[in-house]
Amino acid sequence: MIKVEYYLIISTLMFFIGIFGFITRKNMIAILISLELVLNAVEINFAAFNRYLYPHQLEGMFFTLFGIAITAAESAVALAIIINAYRSIGNININNMNKMKN
Amino acid sequence: MSPIINLIIFSCLGIAMLALSIMAITTKSLLRSATYLLMVLLCTAGFYLLLNYHFLAAVQVSVYAGGVVILFIFAIFLTTSKGEVLLKHQTRRYILGLLGIVAGIGLTAFVLFKHQFLYESNTSMVGDKEVSMSLIGQTLMGTDKYQYLLPFEVLSVLLLACIIGGILIARKK
Repeated sequence: MIKVEYYLIISTLMFFIGIFGFITRKNMIAILISLELVLNAVEINFAAFNRYLYPHQLEGMFFTLFGIAITAAESAVALAIIINAYRSIGNININNMNKMKN
Repeated sequence: MSPIINLIIFSCLGIAMLALSIMAITTKSLLRSATYLLMVLLCTAGFYLLLNYHFLAAVQVSVYAGGVVILFIFAIFLTTSKGEVLLKHQTRRYILGLLGIVAGIGLTAFVLFKHQFLYESNTSMVGDKEVSMSLIGQTLMGTDKYQYLLPFEVLSVLLLACIIGGILIARKK
């Protein structure tokens, strides 16, 4: 049988894989993909906690639902900013982003 | 389904998810990275199905896999020229990042294994049913305690603001 710890172990590892990608990637879209991994790990946690510890309530499920919607909105705005940055400085490396203030 | 089959499905999904996450943050091609992200999100939908949240799995597939990843792929097409390889930071940053995440995993694993979870009923989800669709609808649209009409409406305003902001930021001057 599957215990709640198994879900938590998987989501912990996925969270820190996402953080590692966030630190070591240079391309802004790759950084955003790492961020999606982090948010996905958190949402697995919400759903697993709700199902195992409070199975007669719905809080975790709705937090996951709203989290998914907020993630979609966040990535839409972030990609708009990235496309705009590409248009003004020609690439999307994170080291060149300070050129945007010129 | 019997518990052992559930456990086998769970381990396959978990291993695939971790391997695909590692591939998504190490591959050199941005488009492959987005594809691996898509696979990870589909495996997560499998997790939600195992947890008996069928509605959540459907939302995950339609919003994440259908919406967000397509958005990513379009942004990659708009910003990356053909055959472009991702640049790397210097090695010191990788070592520091690795040290940081090892420390984080150690801390989290310590807390996780030290803590005793208080299960409300059974630890194996035996006899758990999926949440009925009418209950989800009433919870989403109700105004009582533990019902979520106000967050739902706030979220719709947030999405509207995101649409307007996205158009304003990304349009040509």
